[in-house]
Amino acid sequence: MAVFLTLLKIAFAVAAALALGWLFRQAALTVTRGEVRKELRTAPVTASFGMLVILIYLVVAVFAPLIAPYAEREVVGGQFLPWDSTHLLGTDNLGRDMLSRLVYGARNTVGIAFVTTALAFFVGSFLGLLAAIVGGWLDQVLSRVVDILMAIPALVFSLLLLTIFGTSIITLILVIATIDSTRVFRLARSVAQNIVVMDYIEAARLRGEGLMRLIFREILPNALAPLVAEFGLRFCFVFLAISALSFLGVGIQPPTADWGSMVRENATLITFGDITPLLPAGAIALLTVAVNFVVDWQLHRASGLKE
Amino acid sequence: MSEIWAMIVKRLALGLLTLFVISVIIFGATELLPGDLAQNILGQSATPETVAAFRRELGLDLPAHTRYINWLLGALQGDFGTSLANKRPIADLIATRLSNTLFLAVYAAALSVPLSLALGILAALYRNSVFDRVVNALALTSISFPEFFVAYILIFVLAQSGFFPSMARMDPSTTFGEALYRTFLPAVTLTLVVTAHMMRMTRAAIINLLASPYIEMARLKGMSPTRVILKHAVPNALAPIITVVALNLAYLITGVVVVEVVFVYPGLGQLMVDSVAKRDFPVVQAVALIFAAAYVLLNLTADVLSTLSNPRLIHRK
Amino acid sequence: MTDFLTHGGISRRGLLKGATALGAAGLILPASVRRAMAEPKRGGILRLAQAAGNTTDSYDPATWDSQFVQVLHTARCGYLTEIAPDGSLVGELAESWEPAPDATVWTFKLREGVTYHSGKAVTGEDVVASINHHRGADSKSAAKPIVEPITDIKADGNTVVFTLSAGNADFPFIMSDYHLPILPSADGKIDATTKDGCGAYVIDSWEPGVGAKLSRNPNYWKPNRAWFDGIEMNVVLDSAARQNALLTGEVDVIDPVDLNTVALLEKAPGIKILSVAGTQHYTFAMDCRADPFKDNNVRLALKYALDRQEMVDKILHGYGMVGNDHPVGPSNRYFYADMEKHTYDPDKAKFYLKEAGLDSLSVQLSAADAAFTGAVDAAVLFSEKAAAAGISIEVVREPNDGYWDNVWMKKPFCAVYWGGRPTEDWVFTTTYASGAPWNDTFWSNARFDELLLAARSELDEDKRREMYHEMQSICANDGGTIVPMFASYVMGLSDKIGHEETVAGNWTLDGFRALERWWFV
Repeated sequence: MAVFLTLLKIAFAVAAALALGWLFRQAALTVTRGEVRKELRTAPVTASFGMLVILIYLVVAVFAPLIAPYAEREVVGGQFLPWDSTHLLGTDNLGRDMLSRLVYGARNTVGIAFVTTALAFFVGSFLGLLAAIVGGWLDQVLSRVVDILMAIPALVFSLLLLTIFGTSIITLILVIATIDSTRVFRLARSVAQNIVVMDYIEAARLRGEGLMRLIFREILPNALAPLVAEFGLRFCFVFLAISALSFLGVGIQPPTADWGSMVRENATLITFGDITPLLPAGAIALLTVAVNFVVDWQLHRASGLKE
Repeated sequence: MSEIWAMIVKRLALGLLTLFVISVIIFGATELLPGDLAQNILGQSATPETVAAFRRELGLDLPAHTRYINWLLGALQGDFGTSLANKRPIADLIATRLSNTLFLAVYAAALSVPLSLALGILAALYRNSVFDRVVNALALTSISFPEFFVAYILIFVLAQSGFFPSMARMDPSTTFGEALYRTFLPAVTLTLVVTAHMMRMTRAAIINLLASPYIEMARLKGMSPTRVILKHAVPNALAPIITVVALNLAYLITGVVVVEVVFVYPGLGQLMVDSVAKRDFPVVQAVALIFAAAYVLLNLTADVLSTLSNPRLIHRK
Repeated sequence: MTDFLTHGGISRRGLLKGATALGAAGLILPASVRRAMAEPKRGGILRLAQAAGNTTDSYDPATWDSQFVQVLHTARCGYLTEIAPDGSLVGELAESWEPAPDATVWTFKLREGVTYHSGKAVTGEDVVASINHHRGADSKSAAKPIVEPITDIKADGNTVVFTLSAGNADFPFIMSDYHLPILPSADGKIDATTKDGCGAYVIDSWEPGVGAKLSRNPNYWKPNRAWFDGIEMNVVLDSAARQNALLTGEVDVIDPVDLNTVALLEKAPGIKILSVAGTQHYTFAMDCRADPFKDNNVRLALKYALDRQEMVDKILHGYGMVGNDHPVGPSNRYFYADMEKHTYDPDKAKFYLKEAGLDSLSVQLSAADAAFTGAVDAAVLFSEKAAAAGISIEVVREPNDGYWDNVWMKKPFCAVYWGGRPTEDWVFTTTYASGAPWNDTFWSNARFDELLLAARSELDEDKRREMYHEMQSICANDGGTIVPMFASYVMGLSDKIGHEETVAGNWTLDGFRALERWWFV
């Protein structure tokens, strides 16, 4: 019976989410015009739901101080207070308001993850495509450097680098972005390698197109799909990397709230069936699913399939 | 085929070079880390005098390049030395842990690779269906939970109710079946961690090809969607899939320290983190080189397979 | 978990607090409870999960640092003296000892007929060689500072004579230090890699950083000890993994328990929480040579700017007691109970800031969980409360890795943990005396140093007590160490484990001796 009820609840939540997505798309369609409107029409309900979630996260992140009932670091009461009207989601291990921490966590976590992933993709895919097109010694040098960096386990490597260079947010972003960009490089290069041997690239080369034009006009559009898919996942890997690093004792500086560390701080509670750590973990999961639903939609459009 | 062999030989040679460079980087990094073994072993009890005496005993007072060259000369003769901390030969120290690490990696790969390829192909075949969405959402949810958290949830659900042990302790007397049983939860944790990535890449790579003229052609001929995908799309989508699978296999070998810690599994990851923390340089080097070699070999295999999957790459000028 | 009466020396939180307030050395229960404890009996394999232990651990006593090796080797080896559960000193390999009148010469008489696992007899030469392992210019031993005052050791048959550079009434306590086991010697030297020892258990196998298996020493000389047939020790670094192992019955004892969830663990069936108040304390060390900590007014301002009770409640979850800026705890012999307490008082803090000529103060506090569990959280709480006194504390989370090399005694203000020492002289000499190697605040006070020297060789109890009281007061009101809390040792036990009513508080796991002192009921 309990299982049945849980299933019912999940089904209800999914239905509600889809309905919200549909409502959001209808609302978006009435306020948009022209090209944007045309594109939005093609969005499936899941993608609309994804966009809605992303929009909500963005609003929460931008207006965090207005939304959060308490300050990010303020100790407002006893530890692990239950959910009630003063503290909607209770308090954490130091007696800080859980809801406020989550709201501020949106700003810090999403911000850091986005900057890191964008940086990693910019560097990684540019160099990857370049290596595939130019080939020869440049390819060799870049590939060997990336091989070397990738052959050192990421977690241990970031641990080493963060211990040497300190754990400010900037170093954290740079270290994770560097390590992530090697993965992006590999993928971009291998995808592009399949493209550069195609005839139309040969033709473009013969036409005398410049390197940058080749990269951005000819190859990138055709390599975009796997890269976009990778972006969706890499984005959430950043949360995980931060969480794993805080497991090993280096991570974001306290008292800054971020979801990865919040999962870590409260994780042992799950051993006793307490759902507190599910809140930040759920926040990460929801965003990951949302981002990837939107990515899937774009992927589908990029593939040119009409169905 | 001779191009392939030439490529393998070349890549192996490059692999050796990679290992050498990595040994330099690791040595440099451990040198850059503040503190050394003498201080770390003595910890809070260290005094300048005892640390100095300890350094003399360990030979840590020698200049850095001398120590590196001594290590390299030994390593070239197959002697990776002994742990500075407890004088155990490194081969001893690593042997059981390496086999543990490989066992878990193979176990998790045997679960996750078929699963993710099958799910990826099915998701591409039934793209945008309810099945596709559900599989995607589940995979994404499982991947967005940190590893240790996935592990805790599995322990809460499966170990506390008594189905599986929460500690994956191994000793020499453990039988194969017993080992499979004891390491089931860590293997499932790792499967949940790596499946989403491989599955989504499979799906994306296949869908990316579906709009190509030759697929269109096959479809127009009246081929069934299943056959189109299996016969025409999958072979051409292999390169990115193989790359991602190789990356994840490498991860299963080199990146599982958190899972090892949670399940108390004596693998190489924990040894590496421990040795880095204590600056036990010969051990760090040995483990880092094993990881690097695993990565280089997997990568090479992936490249060879990718090349074989696309004949145009072989004949590239 | 049911009523504590059926579980003997087991805490409910309230009971624990009561025991602490009594100033007990361990957990002392009313006589009516004692009868309830079952009689010890032989048998069973004890499975233990500990949070400490590295792959770099070794057999060499000079390097023992993690609690795993401390417990392992205490089970394997014998020491001259032993600290009893009630905090008093009893002989182990030494049957008796005697100071020469001014406490500079100590003569130990060895127990007859004790043998190593190998069958060899324990001799006076072994004692000399074992202690000499930590002395001398080439010593790399962590125990070097505590054996430094020994100028000469001589063995004569079954007696060993120690000559000290200055009188020390507490010298026999030092011989119980976990670094100083008695090991077999040849030609005046011990073999630091030997597995031999004369303790209760023999090491069958040991994989450093993973675990060890031990079996009972059939020839162990103590009649009422070593109840378990064998021991399985496991290194389980993750606190949730330890809890799960205890919950699923895969181990019988875990140490320590994650305090965040101890209240939940306590409710689980078949599990009891053992909490022992002792000398372990957590500190924030200020470098007295550096600005702004040079000025004692600033130090006092900071001492009044933290809410100690809140830390005990939120960091220790009640498993501990408030500290008063000196390292002497209620279990010590000369604890100054009536001393004025430092409490959270932003106005007083502001007053001292003004005395220092400052309106506001801004400092960085370095912390990492390597310093102690919850150190970063404690620093965050400190920072929150100090804001009310116009003191801004920026918490810097340092990497756990290398904390003791790069942060401790390097950064001017950082979090530190101390296991504590059984005697006032020991703790003051090693960490508070001017120029002591572990004086992490670089504090120096002439009156304090003078008292320390005088008290060390003072044999008159009352005079000695007076001196130690004054030193605690100097330390609290002038010293560079903030001691916000004394942390109890908190372990999780299966309810099948039995132990004496009084559990030692000098170290965790019954003074590292749980393996030989506990049993299965």
